[in-house]
Amino acid sequence: MRRPDVSESPSVLGVLSRSLRGRLGGNGGGGDGAVASLDPLLTILSRGEMWTLAGQGCWRRCALAAWATRAVRRGLPAPRPAPTRGAAAESKPPDRSYSSADRKEKIDMSRFPVENTRNFSIIAHVDHGKSTLADRLLELTGAIDKTKNNKQVLDKLQVERERGITVKAQTASLFYDYEGKQYLLNLIDTPGHVDFSYEVSRSLSACQGVLLVVDANEGIQAQTVANFFLAFEAQLSVIPVINKIDLKNADPERVEKQIEKVFDIPSDECIKISAKLGTNVESVLQAVIKRIPPPKVHRKNPLRALVFDSTFDQYRGVIANVALFDGVVSKGDKIVSAHTQKTYEVNEVGVLNPNEQPTHKLYAGQVGYLIAGMKDVTEAQIGDTLYLHKQPVEPLPGFKSAKPMVFAGMYPIDQSEYNNLKSAIEKLTLNDSSVTVHRDSSLALGAGWRLGFLGLLHMEVFNQRLEQEYNASVILTTPTVPYKAVLSSAKLIKEYREKEITIINPAQFPDKSKVTEYLEPIVLGTIITPDEYTGKIMMLCQARRAVQKNMMYVDQNRIMLKYLFPLNEIVVDFYDSLKSLSSGYASFDYEDAGYQTAELVKMDILLNGNIVEELVTVVHKDKAYSAGKAICERLKDSLPRQLFEIAIQAALGSKIIARETVKAYRKNVLAKCYGGDITRKMKLLKRQTEGKKKLRKVGNVEVPKDAFIKVLKTQSDK
Amino acid sequence: MRKDGRAAAVSAPVPSRWRCGPEPSRRRSDTGRGHAAPFLPPGRPTRPGSAHTGRFALGSSRSRVLARAPGRPATAGGTALRGVQARGWVKAGKMAQRRRLAEDAGGPRGPTPGSQRAALYVHWPYCEKRCSYCNFNKYIPRGVDEAAMRRCLVTEAQTLLQLSGVRRVESVFFGGGTPSLASPHTVAAVLEAVAQATHLPADSEVTLEANPTSAPSSRLAAFRAAGVNRLSIGLQSLDDTELQLLGRTHSASEALQMLAEARRHFPGRVSVDLMLGLPAQHVGPWLGQLRKLLRLCDDHVSLYQLSLERGTALFTQVQQGALPAPDPELAAEMYQEGRAVLREAGFRQYEVSNFARNGALSTHNWTYWQCGQYLGVGPGAHGRFIPQGAGGHTREARIQTLEPDSWMKEVTLFGHGTRRRVPLGELALLEEVLAMGLRTDVGITHQHWQQFEPQLTLWDLFVADKEVQELLEQGLLLLDHRGLRCSWEGLAVLDSMLPTLLSRLQEAWQQRTPSPVPGG
Repeated sequence: MRRPDVSESPSVLGVLSRSLRGRLGGNGGGGDGAVASLDPLLTILSRGEMWTLAGQGCWRRCALAAWATRAVRRGLPAPRPAPTRGAAAESKPPDRSYSSADRKEKIDMSRFPVENTRNFSIIAHVDHGKSTLADRLLELTGAIDKTKNNKQVLDKLQVERERGITVKAQTASLFYDYEGKQYLLNLIDTPGHVDFSYEVSRSLSACQGVLLVVDANEGIQAQTVANFFLAFEAQLSVIPVINKIDLKNADPERVEKQIEKVFDIPSDECIKISAKLGTNVESVLQAVIKRIPPPKVHRKNPLRALVFDSTFDQYRGVIANVALFDGVVSKGDKIVSAHTQKTYEVNEVGVLNPNEQPTHKLYAGQVGYLIAGMKDVTEAQIGDTLYLHKQPVEPLPGFKSAKPMVFAGMYPIDQSEYNNLKSAIEKLTLNDSSVTVHRDSSLALGAGWRLGFLGLLHMEVFNQRLEQEYNASVILTTPTVPYKAVLSSAKLIKEYREKEITIINPAQFPDKSKVTEYLEPIVLGTIITPDEYTGKIMMLCQARRAVQKNMMYVDQNRIMLKYLFPLNEIVVDFYDSLKSLSSGYASFDYEDAGYQTAELVKMDILLNGNIVEELVTVVHKDKAYSAGKAICERLKDSLPRQLFEIAIQAALGSKIIARETVKAYRKNVLAKCYGGDITRKMKLLKRQTEGKKKLRKVGNVEVPKDAFIKVLKTQSDK
Repeated sequence: MRKDGRAAAVSAPVPSRWRCGPEPSRRRSDTGRGHAAPFLPPGRPTRPGSAHTGRFALGSSRSRVLARAPGRPATAGGTALRGVQARGWVKAGKMAQRRRLAEDAGGPRGPTPGSQRAALYVHWPYCEKRCSYCNFNKYIPRGVDEAAMRRCLVTEAQTLLQLSGVRRVESVFFGGGTPSLASPHTVAAVLEAVAQATHLPADSEVTLEANPTSAPSSRLAAFRAAGVNRLSIGLQSLDDTELQLLGRTHSASEALQMLAEARRHFPGRVSVDLMLGLPAQHVGPWLGQLRKLLRLCDDHVSLYQLSLERGTALFTQVQQGALPAPDPELAAEMYQEGRAVLREAGFRQYEVSNFARNGALSTHNWTYWQCGQYLGVGPGAHGRFIPQGAGGHTREARIQTLEPDSWMKEVTLFGHGTRRRVPLGELALLEEVLAMGLRTDVGITHQHWQQFEPQLTLWDLFVADKEVQELLEQGLLLLDHRGLRCSWEGLAVLDSMLPTLLSRLQEAWQQRTPSPVPGG
């Protein structure tokens, strides 16, 4: 693989080094000289091991929790275009109780020596055509029928198809004959969005190379950059693929230049294709064989397998996705989990093509699945190492678990739905352990949970899957971020048993007198935009308390900006604002950058002088006024008039910072109420009377649940 | 029943058509307590009438009507009646005009028990033109087969009267639609049918809704001759621009001319409607209209705040931004100022939107607010009564088929066009007593409440409730030896208080010790 040469390309590596330093907490002066010495990450990476699990300082690359899905496919659109064997098994639930091994002729994987194996991923910005390219590759290698209209075959979730995104990494083993040899090409499809980059990292850990897909029309976008660096840092071979060259406005030459400038990859290495039409896709497969090295592994050594993903099947238990670094595994082997030290007997091994296809064995360098009677996904810890019984090996480095960055309350719309929702959340988190769940309750909204997500899209996707796959409708409150407080009060330290506490719920916010300082999470954001919007975007970033770290042209009229953002400034509506003020042209991505000191305050909302507990908010001091005003205004719009005036106030301690008034009703009586009006009137009154029972009383003010929902809920439309 | 009626009619010739209908002989023992008789005979299974399908058999009502024509053999033809009819209407009209209502409208009136009395609403579904604010059940016809309509109204009135077992009709209201577009003959025919089927006292209030353009002087006289003794004029505004906005066919001057004519024909018995809270309407000019109207009007005024109803042209215009949305604050101010102006002019606000002086309250509408029985005749008409004639013991809310042609078909086939019957449970009826009664200035007297609920008193219900106490303390609601009622301020915000009162009632109803059910 070709690595950008530090000394040759100061502009690009300046960005790179700063980005890495930002992540690692470094604050060097930038410039070329600093890079080599400063970069512990690169040092780690340069150990030269192909299966390195790099990146100690970055949650989103290492946050490698399971977001498995295969068992959670209820509610998928019925027609699945690919008539593959696994798909057939999917559509016939009764078959699921049999092992697929009973029905399939097993493949002999020993036919694929390590030198004929390639493990690769496709990475791209949203909508640049990653899944379409995957479809074509699957067709070309006969994994799926070419005559069928294949669309996003690997995107199996309804939410993936509807949103045109990939949420869950999928694996497909492709068999391809090239120059007289049969190759095993393991394609690991990855999610494109920032929230799911932990999936990307996890996938990359099993790869030696990536296809970096860039839209010939849109060019490099923020996620292209982020994903490139993930691959780059993992020392993978990067094959740039310029897609959609069939589009009218396609400008592949310009994109080549961008790639050369930003990633330092010579333009002649770019493969120009149209995945939609299939143009030049064959050369992509050939490049995979020619440019991506085979994994450096040893069949002769004892088994060492990395669990890089897992799913749960209610009939067969845990299905672990494994990459073999050393050795061989076959049915009947006794294996041990390095993490739990539990021993299992392997029931089935196989490859994914893209559906499960049993094999006799799996050999070092190969990627496949393994079923070994694990009853619970927690038994198949992502990042765990499996080895043969009585042949212990040094475990692989493993992964840190995913750290939720966005928290939100989730409540059933009707409390009678609580148990249904509870079981839906349990089932969904079974395959997505990156979601954290804490029970919570609100006087207004009843019993519910405080859920932690990896990001906003993750949260939306989770919510959408609850709705689509479990038919659950929920109230989701405005997301908050995990603040921290460094305690000074000895009593509190004793109580919490630690000096630094994380505050997930504003109700737990400790008073200023008891803390040394408050901390808020920050992220390093990358924005790529046509330069005409730069001014507006910089103003937006400034308004979000962001600090500019870097700015560079990626071509004549596209600019890449790097900012340090407080996370809470971008979790709600930053992306929407950015899109709307750039007419949709700017792209955005971010990565974790640790915590910084922040002047945080607790803001109360009062109704006629009484605190509304569910509306207590933690805000930055500079934002308290505008946040308070916004909440008061939203409340004003959603509180029905009552028989007396209602004062809505936002307060910091005893200081009122915003106020709105809902005037008393002066007239509220039906004008015409005669014989023909009585039925309708009584019906309305019945509804109102029933609604009254559900009102939450704050002092003498009746607050309908709707008002809370309007204030607390994520505003999907602005 | 039918047999009784016929026998009575034949055996009792009487001088005046309306008065002549002798009180049908009472089969059930009368309590003799007049209005105090409960609407719900205790201890009967609360099931709707026998007709499972919502239809019920109808005897040959036509022959029955004829049989009851005074002094005539049962087979006499209609034409022979004309002369008698004319004389009868004139006399009845005069009688009715002489009548003045007592100040406490709704008080005891005659010995008939509540379950045997009813008000009668007759719906004329046609209009010349669609008003921009109206979402009522009305149709703009190409041509009305009035004879057919008349036949059907008469038939349905007869059917429902028989079904209800009502012996006395205390008021008739011709609403619509634009009933003043109907011919006086139609009005007369319905009244005649009522008078023949039951007792329609000479002083019964008979109101006709009229639009200024549809009722020239000659027609007013004819309506009066037909038995109408009260006129309600949809004047709506004295501003031509506003009238246009409302899609009315008349001008302000036409309306005032009509008002003057009406007062000549129905002195002391004319009501006018005035709307408030129109888009772009302001308080000052509107009060000017009200003051002008007060110089010209009779003894009854209704003030209606415009409510934008979905599906109307006005709603769409406001929705699309072609018109400003009415300002509720301004409407509230108009209402408050208007009430005060009317009070100064000697009007009693006897209901949320209704004002009368010299005791000229509408008894018909009062029946609604007192939860008396009423029958609804005509397409889409609503009724609330016990179908005693069919053996029923529970009050039902009934709705007739909406669309005139379907309704007529049903009436022709089945004698009535009842589309929906919903039995009203005891609690539901009490809720109506509360919600309707509080619209009046008298409110709910202890006596009145006791007629419907002899066990739980108003005191029991409300005196200990914290939220009700707050309303009492705020001076919005009054609970004293007379009963429960809204204050002047409270009346304007009644709909904000009702959920509190109703939930208290529901709570108390659930907690009450279940009363023994006599007679099972």
